[in-house]
Amino acid sequence: MRTIVYLFIGILFGITMFKSEAASWFRIYEMFKFDAFHMYGIIGSALVIGVITIQLIKKFDIKSFYGETIHFYPKTRSASRYLIGGIIFGLGWALAGACPGPMFTLIGAGFAPILVVIAAAILGTFLYGILKDKLPH
Amino acid sequence: MNWIYSPWPWYVSGPMIAFVMFLLLMVGKNFGMSSNLKTMCTICGAGTKADFFKLDWRTQKWNLTVVIGGFIGGFIAANFMTPDAAVAITPETISDLQNLGFSSAGRAYLPTELFETSALLDFKTLAILIIGGLLVGFGARYAGGCTSGHAISGLSNLQLPSLIAVVGFFIGGLVMIHLLYPLIFA
Repeated sequence: MRTIVYLFIGILFGITMFKSEAASWFRIYEMFKFDAFHMYGIIGSALVIGVITIQLIKKFDIKSFYGETIHFYPKTRSASRYLIGGIIFGLGWALAGACPGPMFTLIGAGFAPILVVIAAAILGTFLYGILKDKLPH
Repeated sequence: MNWIYSPWPWYVSGPMIAFVMFLLLMVGKNFGMSSNLKTMCTICGAGTKADFFKLDWRTQKWNLTVVIGGFIGGFIAANFMTPDAAVAITPETISDLQNLGFSSAGRAYLPTELFETSALLDFKTLAILIIGGLLVGFGARYAGGCTSGHAISGLSNLQLPSLIAVVGFFIGGLVMIHLLYPLIFA
């Protein structure tokens, strides 16, 4: 039963990614060129509602649909890993024009070459796992 | 029905993304897509090469299911909800891209120069897709999250590390588009 729920949430996410054009390489390019408000509007409005939602959940101790406490995990304190990792991610995001969520939406939309990007992203994740202890964190 | 078939404006799309995050919280999970890439490494047997991948991937099945949903959502949106997939980017962006050799700008969903199946036969195109993917996968795990995990989930929870990561995303993106693109595509 829960699997159906996750699938439904994913479908909603995939449709949103495609219809918002956040899955379009062109929109990512345009965003980094500061030529349009579109992507900033999407991320900005998601954030404003997201902040309000999470604050309300915390303030009123809202339970999940299954009656459990909703946990928020604080990120570990560090600056270097977030900055260096973030920059590397940004370089790839702008080059491939896709982040990990939309990549999967794009296969569904029928763009076969995105499979190359996904395979490389899995390999990139693997390389991080191998090199993790040698990198500044 | 026009609202289904035309591209969704930001004030519909942003709240929908927040709603997806809300639904995941309400079923006791978190919104973040790049951890699936790690799970896929584990499924492929990466746990024998590095402890980082030693986890019981079955605990992550829910997130893989979300990804499968994302794939189905893409199929539904592209095939049944989008009669014209051309992305209406601004005239400035179109002329910039045409100068870089992207004649499909303004007429397609993704640049045909990079994402048409025949483009894979071109060594340079293939290298761009592979390097782009490698950087995304490596960077997302190094930074402990991607756009969904940091820019939406982390910032919504007012996490300073996520702000640092998002600043990094933008530094990387701006360097790529403004400094490296003219070298790569000129």
